[in-house]
Amino acid sequence: MQVSWLIVTLGAYILGDALQRACGGSALANPVLAAIILVASIVVVSGTDYKVFATQTQFVSFLLGPATVALAVPLARSVWLVWENLLGVGLAVLAGSISSIGSGIGLVWLFGGSRTIALAMAPKAATTPIAVAVSSQVGGVPALTAALAILGGILAAALGRKLLTMLKIDDWRAHGLAAGIAGSGIAAAQVAGRNELGAAFAALGIGLNGLIIGLIAPAFVQLWK
Amino acid sequence: MTIPAFLILLACQLAGDLLRHTLALPIPGPVIGMSILTVVLVFRAERTTSKSSTVIGLERTAETLIRNMGLLFVPAGVGIITEMGALRLQWLPMAAGLIGSTLLSLLATGLVMHWSIHRRAAGRSAVVPQATERTRAKA
Repeated sequence: MQVSWLIVTLGAYILGDALQRACGGSALANPVLAAIILVASIVVVSGTDYKVFATQTQFVSFLLGPATVALAVPLARSVWLVWENLLGVGLAVLAGSISSIGSGIGLVWLFGGSRTIALAMAPKAATTPIAVAVSSQVGGVPALTAALAILGGILAAALGRKLLTMLKIDDWRAHGLAAGIAGSGIAAAQVAGRNELGAAFAALGIGLNGLIIGLIAPAFVQLWK
Repeated sequence: MTIPAFLILLACQLAGDLLRHTLALPIPGPVIGMSILTVVLVFRAERTTSKSSTVIGLERTAETLIRNMGLLFVPAGVGIITEMGALRLQWLPMAAGLIGSTLLSLLATGLVMHWSIHRRAAGRSAVVPQATERTRAKA
């Protein structure tokens, strides 16, 4: 019984992947979202405790660490391109991080949400492990931040390419960076599977965004006491 | 997926974790580990053009991990079920904040980066790598 949830998780992901292929590779049919919905439904319907599920699938979550480090490979290959665009990258990261934190807190406030929700929302654009760490530091609910980080990542993966293409932005550097900053690992994975230059800029976006959110989210939170 | 490659990735993660703890950095270990490995790979590529079997193995392992990165988020994503109470009570501010801030952040980053690339490209006729359907990988 030890491996049953691991099998369910892998199987659901393969199904989600097949679904995306059946939809002609459409980013809207995101395999991560499909797998999460399917597995979550099975967990709820079978009345399983989330802790039991998490323990059995921790091997999959554990691989997130090495996979993040692995982003160094495309990053190193495109390092001179990154170097050439350093000022643009710096400004773009700042614009993306600040607009994400500011609008996240602002919109929750505008729509009558509680401060706790705003605190959980503030760091959600950072990659999940960073977002969770910052959330607990500023007084948010870490589990909620993790959920928001993943949902935001899926949203960015599903809509990012279309949105930027609509604005006639067709450069992989801009697509990769935007994916890494607005959608962290999930949107980055979507870009990384298609283009190496995009993967490098997405990796860069994840790293810099995590750093900036870690530094400025605590300051933004002071705005709403 | 080779064993030496996996060892390298884990060692970088460990080094990142150690740095984070000793210097009290706000960045997680794997992201610091990613920076360390990038620096090592760049310096190595500067000194020699030949690739050892370890480097080739590392590249293949990294490619496999990155291509399947989405799977790794599934268990944490299922954790949403533990937050159903908050989701049900405050779904509107949460949906507004999530959708609004994600789209704004995508736009802000994409536009600033695009503007900076084109400002530079105006000076010299650079070949701009385009995100067309043609360059899509089979993934």
